[in-house]
Amino acid sequence: MNGLLTQQLIDSTYIIAVVGFVLSLKWLSSPVSAKYGVLAGEIAAALAVGATLCNPELVQYKWILVALIIGAGVGIPLGLVHMTAVPQRTALSHAFGALSAAMIGIAEYYVAAPNISKFSMGEIGLEVIIGSLTFTGSVIAAGKLQEILPQRPITYRGQNIVSLSVLGAAVAIMIVLMIHPEDMYLFPVMVVVALIFGVMLVTPIGGADMPTVISLLNSYAGFSAALLGFVLNSKVLVVAGALDGSSGFILSVIMCKAMNRSFTNVMFGAFGQVQTGGSAAKEEKSVRSATAEEAAAILSAANKVAIVPGYGMAVAQAQHKVRELYDALTKKGIDVRFGIHPVAGRMPGHMNVLLAEADIPYDRLIEMDDMNSDLPQTDVALIIGANDVTNPAARSDTSSPIYGMPILDVDKAHTVMVIKRSMNPGFAGIDNPLYYLDNTLMLFGDAKKFVGDIVRELGGGQSG
Amino acid sequence: MPSDFLSNLYVFILAGFVGFEVIKRVSPLLHTPLMSLTNALDAIVVIAAIIIAGRHETKLSVALGLIAVAASFSNMVGGFLITDRMLRMFKTGKSKKS
Repeated sequence: MNGLLTQQLIDSTYIIAVVGFVLSLKWLSSPVSAKYGVLAGEIAAALAVGATLCNPELVQYKWILVALIIGAGVGIPLGLVHMTAVPQRTALSHAFGALSAAMIGIAEYYVAAPNISKFSMGEIGLEVIIGSLTFTGSVIAAGKLQEILPQRPITYRGQNIVSLSVLGAAVAIMIVLMIHPEDMYLFPVMVVVALIFGVMLVTPIGGADMPTVISLLNSYAGFSAALLGFVLNSKVLVVAGALDGSSGFILSVIMCKAMNRSFTNVMFGAFGQVQTGGSAAKEEKSVRSATAEEAAAILSAANKVAIVPGYGMAVAQAQHKVRELYDALTKKGIDVRFGIHPVAGRMPGHMNVLLAEADIPYDRLIEMDDMNSDLPQTDVALIIGANDVTNPAARSDTSSPIYGMPILDVDKAHTVMVIKRSMNPGFAGIDNPLYYLDNTLMLFGDAKKFVGDIVRELGGGQSG
Repeated sequence: MPSDFLSNLYVFILAGFVGFEVIKRVSPLLHTPLMSLTNALDAIVVIAAIIIAGRHETKLSVALGLIAVAASFSNMVGGFLITDRMLRMFKTGKSKKS
């Protein structure tokens, strides 16, 4: 009786926790209410963990406490990373989430096996396959983002067929296990095959596609947790997993739309190969370049300036210099706004976080569609480390690999200035006709240094 | 098909819809904190890990359970921490001056 009451109290706490989860995400709709969202999530998680620790089924606590302390010891530094490292931190946390879901599934299997129904075997099998492939896939993604592994796509002939056969093999082993649960030796084979597939899934994907891949791995990690909820008959896991899974899914769809590509194209059509033929027929085109002094003069004469940041700004760590530029221009009464493309950077919302970290007010960060309606009335568009998201070939050149991708129409501004290290084509290896336009000035140099130079020139102009 | 499966499926589908409607409204400005927050919420699998480890059924289940406890709890702690840090950075022009 007492045990039953305890169990009911625990379950009731879980219901409160689930409400907290939903509120937490709901309050994230605006930056004003978002801090309550985090608080609601924290309270909900604390309640759920606290209630679980009261579960009468638990017979040992010592090692759980040790594991919790280790978890906190790893989690706190990961929560304090620099904002530029957020994409790889996120990939790593998908890996941890998937790892724990897979571990629990494997533990459940070995506790129950071989007395396991076909149906439960199917649930556990799917859960462990998705968890395992998400784990290795996320580790590879984190490695690419941290630049331990090469960011360019690694491809070979017949890759998709090989990868899909590996996934097929994992599923086939799972089906054999459903029919012959006594063949327990097959279970670890299935896990290893799924782990291998995770590696094969992410290695062919290039850095520019990372926002989609991170979102997709987010979604897989969520769905593996939801499946775990099915395996353990735990509603709170089903809900949390469904929320996380649908969040990752929505983000992947947004990222795909922002690149005008389908899921299958991102996963199986590695960028970087298609256009090697096209770039061979490169004709000599002339570009105009300018110095920091000239750039500063043009900027101070403007009324409206649009800054378009990209991954290059993150690489050069230029966001704080960009803030100084923003301050210098704003002081002169110039209207400065930032045009944010949904796939700029290496994860959804990456640019917003970097610029917010540099203390740029978020009402200055403008989404692509709003920015585009304003660009024709803009005097200067300054592009810092962005390339493909400003490429007008996406609008006009049907042969371009990025044709149809929505872009920021910076070429419609009166003057375009592009800060770029050299004329080398960007990450995806696609030539950008923007650089050869009559109203474009190239500013060659390191983003951080060049922006710093412009700020100094602007300051000098003011005092003298 | 066990009856638990169907009731879980109900919950899953409804939660999926709720998630879809709620997350659709999250401003693209906050997509990075959204991802780290859902990550922290997803780390609730720690409760399943605690039970697996705490039941002490086999040595293997305890070992795997403890790895899962550490991995998911690190997500929970780290996820909330970084989401909070990120959200504190989002300021308007007015609040910045005050």
